[in-house]
Amino acid sequence: MEILVLLKQTFDTEAKVTVKDGRVVDDDVTLVINPYDEYAVEEALKIREAHGGTVTVISVGGDRVDEALRRALAMGADEAVAITPPENADEFVVANLLAAWAKGKSFDLLLAGNVSVDTGAGQTALRVAELLGMPHVAAALKLEVAGGTATVHRDAEGDTEVVTVSLPALITAQQGLNEPRYPSVPGIMKAKRKQIARLTAADLGVDVAPKTAITSVYQATQNRRNRMLGGTAEEQARELVNLLRSEAKVV
Amino acid sequence: MARNILVVAEVRNGQLRPVSFECIAAGRAIAEGGSVTAVLLSQADVDGSELIARGADRVVLVKGEHLKEYTPDGWLSALQQVYLAEKADVVLMGHTGIGRDLLPRFAMRNAAGMISDAIAVKLEGGQVVFTRPIYAGKAYVTQIVTEGLIVATIRPNNVAALEADAGRSGDVVQSEAAPVDLRTVVKEVVRQAATGVDLTAAKIVVAGGRGVKSAEGFKPLYELAEVLGAAVGASRAAADAGFCDYALQIGQTGKTVTPDLYIACGISGAIQHLAGMSASKVIVAINKDPEAPIFKVADYGIVGDLFEVVPLLTREFKALLG
Ligand SMILES: Cc1cc2nc3c(=O)[nH]c(=O)nc-3n(C[C@H](O)[C@H](O)[C@H](O)COP(=O)(O)OP(=O)(O)OC[C@H]3O[C@@H](n4cnc5c(N)ncnc54)[C@H](O)[C@@H]3O)c2cc1C
Repeated sequence: MEILVLLKQTFDTEAKVTVKDGRVVDDDVTLVINPYDEYAVEEALKIREAHGGTVTVISVGGDRVDEALRRALAMGADEAVAITPPENADEFVVANLLAAWAKGKSFDLLLAGNVSVDTGAGQTALRVAELLGMPHVAAALKLEVAGGTATVHRDAEGDTEVVTVSLPALITAQQGLNEPRYPSVPGIMKAKRKQIARLTAADLGVDVAPKTAITSVYQATQNRRNRMLGGTAEEQARELVNLLRSEAKVV
Repeated sequence: MARNILVVAEVRNGQLRPVSFECIAAGRAIAEGGSVTAVLLSQADVDGSELIARGADRVVLVKGEHLKEYTPDGWLSALQQVYLAEKADVVLMGHTGIGRDLLPRFAMRNAAGMISDAIAVKLEGGQVVFTRPIYAGKAYVTQIVTEGLIVATIRPNNVAALEADAGRSGDVVQSEAAPVDLRTVVKEVVRQAATGVDLTAAKIVVAGGRGVKSAEGFKPLYELAEVLGAAVGASRAAADAGFCDYALQIGQTGKTVTPDLYIACGISGAIQHLAGMSASKVIVAINKDPEAPIFKVADYGIVGDLFEVVPLLTREFKALLG
């Protein structure tokens, strides 16, 4: 099995998000592999362990993305590729870059996260599948591959759908798919010696302009009543119900 | 500039989803004299009149044996067919399980820009401007599609639907989807949604955390949810501990919810949890620990044992709501 994992580097989920001068500040923020993409890496490694083959990880990102790719290598991925994004790249541009790299290479399986926890758009992987003319199954909770077919249990708004798809296909990971491993010490040592290939849009012959533009960025504001109720549990319950009806007007 | 809007409407459990009406309202707000057409992909039991009453000018009912169940290949090919016939400028759909799956591929098939999970849509200087959360609601952006077809999914429960007006009239037309090879096949659907109320679209959410202590401990929460017509959600710690399914998880790596009322029971208020629910209109927190960070984002706080407080709330709401 030749497996390609699409991976994005995102803010650590603990990170505070600060907006300054119309931008999200990322200077001192810890960056990690997007949690959903980490499930994709883990799944790829498990499939390779069962069926043989190789795992390649690819990411569109700046200099710091090497940290995320190196972690995936330390987990056990065989090869890593980084693509430098052009200015203001949106999902359309990123998908074109990823697909241009993957085109003509014979991967049996593409894995990605279901959504990234930063932009939350959930578009890129499915766009790549479309560009490569591949079927996709999104939000996998369980994945089995055998004889050129994948059987996927997928999350469909809380229900579970059991879907089969012929390979090559793209599958995105939902939480619950697996428990990502920690890199081992030998894994980390090995990863340090590996080269990360770095390409640009020009190298890939991709010349597309973004289709969307962000016109403003602003911080969420919190305007809460912060009212603590008092009295016995019974009094508090009664008061809350009254407040929800007469003051907040939500019931 | 008059825009023709295509809204992909959805049926769940035999009923049109409220978010489809919300998308029609969003479409009306940006049509500028253009038309709003709702399309239903193989929902044979719905006649479309309700979509007209909610503001659509036309309804296209697409039939096809291979459309009965959602598959990306089947629905995408049918949507593409309707889109080309209708020459839409904007395609909108709810940010639902199907919307999230279908529209990115549709956008790419048409080399279009797409805005996912918008919570507001408005016209500004003749431009369609979407608002959407980033970092699961820790910040927001406004975003536009710079050229060509506009594709967007709209988060349930954020854009107000139009009141149903039975006096409105409009055409309902039938169309037949061309057959297509399905590369994915749905073998089985295991229904799990426990209360039947869809978490991401619910007006009220009762959520439990590690403080609920066990799967059994969720029972009083379900009883309260039942009285309120609410959905039940959970923190990741509750899902990790096996008290409930991951499908219930709310937060940065779970579902994002924006209900009118969020009742957090035995949830401490970790930043990843807050990311998924802090845009709720009113937040109630019930927690034993008066220092729990959840109280900082709550409108109303009760310091107490959820196993005592939640049943009392159920009783009070029952008395109020009959
Ligand atoms: C990468 C990553 C992603 C994450 N994503 C998410 C996410 O999407 N969603 C999410 O929720 N978390 C997420 N987390 C986990 C998050 O950091 C917290 O661990 C989690 O939210 C804590 O859940 P909790 O509040 O239920 O549990 P705890 O923090 O253990 O809090 C339990 C609370 O219950 C109270 N309590 C106990 N007994 C009672 C009682 N009888 N009555 C009343 N109160 C009681 C306690 O005082 C305490 O405040 C993520 C973490 C990481 C690292």
